[in-house]
Amino acid sequence: MPYALCFLLFVIGLYCVLVKKNMVKIVIGILVMEYAVNLFLIMLGYRTGGIAPVVADDQVNAAANKVAAAFINASVDPLPQALVLTAIVISLGSLALIISICIRTYEKYGTFDITNIRRLKG
Amino acid sequence: MKGMTIIVKTISSWVKMLIFLFGLYIILFGDTSPGGGFAGGVILASAYVLLMLAFGGDFVKQNLSPSLTLKLVCAGMLAFAAIAVAGLFYGPDAFFWNFITQKWLAGEGSNLHFINAGIIPLAEVAIGLIVCAAIFLVIFTFSTFKFDVSDNQKE
Amino acid sequence: MSIPLPVFVAVPLVTAFVMPLFGKKGKAVATLLANLATISLLVLAVVSIGQSRVYEIGKWSIPMGINLVLDGLSSLLLLAISVVSAAAMFFSTRYMEQYTAKSKYLCLFLLMVAGMNGVVLSGDIFNLFVFLEIASLASYALVGFGCEHEELEASFKYMVLGSVGSMFVLFAVALFYGNTGTLNMAYASKAIQDAGLNIGLAFAMALFIAGFGLKAALVPFHAWLPDAHPSAPAPISAMLSGVLIKALGVYALARVLFNVFGVSASVAGVLVSLGILSMVVGVFLAVGQWDFKRLLAYHSISQMGYVILGIGLGALILAKGGNKAYASLAILGGLFHLVNHAVFKSLLFLTSGSVQMSTGTRQLKELGGLAQKLPYTRATCTIASASIAGVPPFNGFWSKLILVIAAVQAGFFGLAVITVIVSLVTLISFLKVQRYVFLGELPENLKQTKENTGSMLVAMVVLACLCVLMGLLLMPALRSAILEPAVKVLTDGLEYSANIIEMANL
Repeated sequence: MPYALCFLLFVIGLYCVLVKKNMVKIVIGILVMEYAVNLFLIMLGYRTGGIAPVVADDQVNAAANKVAAAFINASVDPLPQALVLTAIVISLGSLALIISICIRTYEKYGTFDITNIRRLKG
Repeated sequence: MKGMTIIVKTISSWVKMLIFLFGLYIILFGDTSPGGGFAGGVILASAYVLLMLAFGGDFVKQNLSPSLTLKLVCAGMLAFAAIAVAGLFYGPDAFFWNFITQKWLAGEGSNLHFINAGIIPLAEVAIGLIVCAAIFLVIFTFSTFKFDVSDNQKE
Repeated sequence: MSIPLPVFVAVPLVTAFVMPLFGKKGKAVATLLANLATISLLVLAVVSIGQSRVYEIGKWSIPMGINLVLDGLSSLLLLAISVVSAAAMFFSTRYMEQYTAKSKYLCLFLLMVAGMNGVVLSGDIFNLFVFLEIASLASYALVGFGCEHEELEASFKYMVLGSVGSMFVLFAVALFYGNTGTLNMAYASKAIQDAGLNIGLAFAMALFIAGFGLKAALVPFHAWLPDAHPSAPAPISAMLSGVLIKALGVYALARVLFNVFGVSASVAGVLVSLGILSMVVGVFLAVGQWDFKRLLAYHSISQMGYVILGIGLGALILAKGGNKAYASLAILGGLFHLVNHAVFKSLLFLTSGSVQMSTGTRQLKELGGLAQKLPYTRATCTIASASIAGVPPFNGFWSKLILVIAAVQAGFFGLAVITVIVSLVTLISFLKVQRYVFLGELPENLKQTKENTGSMLVAMVVLACLCVLMGLLLMPALRSAILEPAVKVLTDGLEYSANIIEMANL
């Protein structure tokens, strides 16, 4: 059920990219899509009533170099957390780039309205 | 851009050290508590952004110019690449291998967790430097960008 | 000798971050270093032909660690990427003197090459996404490099559509991880073969086709390409059209559909229909263009349709259980056309850049009669136009012939007829280019144009020689060394997972 809500958020972001005419609103639509995908990725690793994936000293069996089964059955999945960290940094970089393109376009064209920025046709 | 009043300037020159210290703590303890290079780098950058807001863009431009910040980003990247390529000295299939933990401390750990974790804290420090310089550069460039709308008004 | 695979990614990445340290005074040194980097990548790619191995990063064994995989398909694409990037980098030593901030251009160019090499070598699907984003971000910045009106508009459009495509791919990766429990492509393929496709994985497959199709500019998703490719500086147009849409789009699509999910008849039908749509729409929109580079950009869409048609036809034959030799022939045609298109399309964009640097314009109606003024440009442009139109004995003819024979052998006569008609229309549009640019009368304001010499000339002549000689890749010795391993990777399909796990445990 939460997954369907993430997908709804993704579709809302996609609607915003397709329909809006102001450049900054299109950028916000892209951001909403990125948030939706990051949220979906985090929720994949969640386990209801789970504990943080940090191993305490008494859960390690040092002789066999193994972790206690109680920990494995109770902790949330740490891999999606690493994926989301990377995805957030990537979206930060692309946001910086697209905002600077918007600023330069406003400097050249004088407007943020994409229906007036139409020199390339055909 | 202009700076702020003298109260803000005094307080921010005391507070900047606390923010910097907090950012360094988050970077260095990133492998045993939440944080790491990315989050710590953003906190470090916020210290410099505080200085930029309090003292004005021109002051920061003289003391930490954009070209120097770009060179810091490159230096951080080259440090990270050096850590990764240093593993290749231990064999052709050891790119990015944790050679400090496996090779130098094999069999017996140390109580100092920095050395115990191997190349990971070194990589986090490099990432912290890169992220701090990059985010500060982005925010500084956006704040001090000057429009010249002289030739493009109507089109 | 076995080269560690991360070298292909590390060399351009390290060189890219040395570039901004040079600034304005060290421009010559920076250009020299960048050219050395791309030429050394070419040498490394040639040395790695025919090898196949798995490299585990940090000595973490898969599936816990990330691995890099070099097999037949990867080495073919590495070769194409390194040839085109070496030629484009050599061309841009003279061409980019018109722009300022050359060291930043070189940094972004090398980042794009590093990203593409990473996509081609990756064995883990999130790693593929990260390198895809690195290459895409570098290309967004490079398209808008001149910061004029049209370049910024084109860059914004490209960036919005590219980000939407990347978000589709990330959503598909999330669904993929949720349903198979691993990110490694070999282990995930094993899990999919054991458990079968459920609805989550089918939706992930549809999102992958949409996302990678948007990067490859297949027809419902092609709206960014006719604006982005003309507005970029000429060597960047050559890189974008020549290798970026192939390494990020076609390679990723083929790898994920053939080796991880396994092709079924419906998916292959989707690929074939996308291919036909791209071919037909691209070429009919191209004939009516009056801007040289925009015409070439529409032709890129059409030729990508050829490649997807070849691969999709092979998938359709395999999925219906037909003759494996026919499927191999179709996939051979598709992959050979991919490599040929990389060479002749990048040569076409480089010649258009040479024309633009000499005359200052790229509108066909303002050019004319440049045959005497620009002799070398005219010769190389004629060779490239003959290749793309499918005139024997240049390389385009052989790959189109193989595609037509494969379609006829498999019984799809309609597809063969459409392929031949599209070839004829391509020939018509390139005759138009030749007549308007090189023949005809020389306008008054162009009487002082001079030929471009130096590095631009060398790059164009080298690519033209490759156009002539690449027909020889079909000789049995070269074919079994370079092309056949790539075809075998795709026709083997789901045995990829068993091969990788076996190679990693050796």
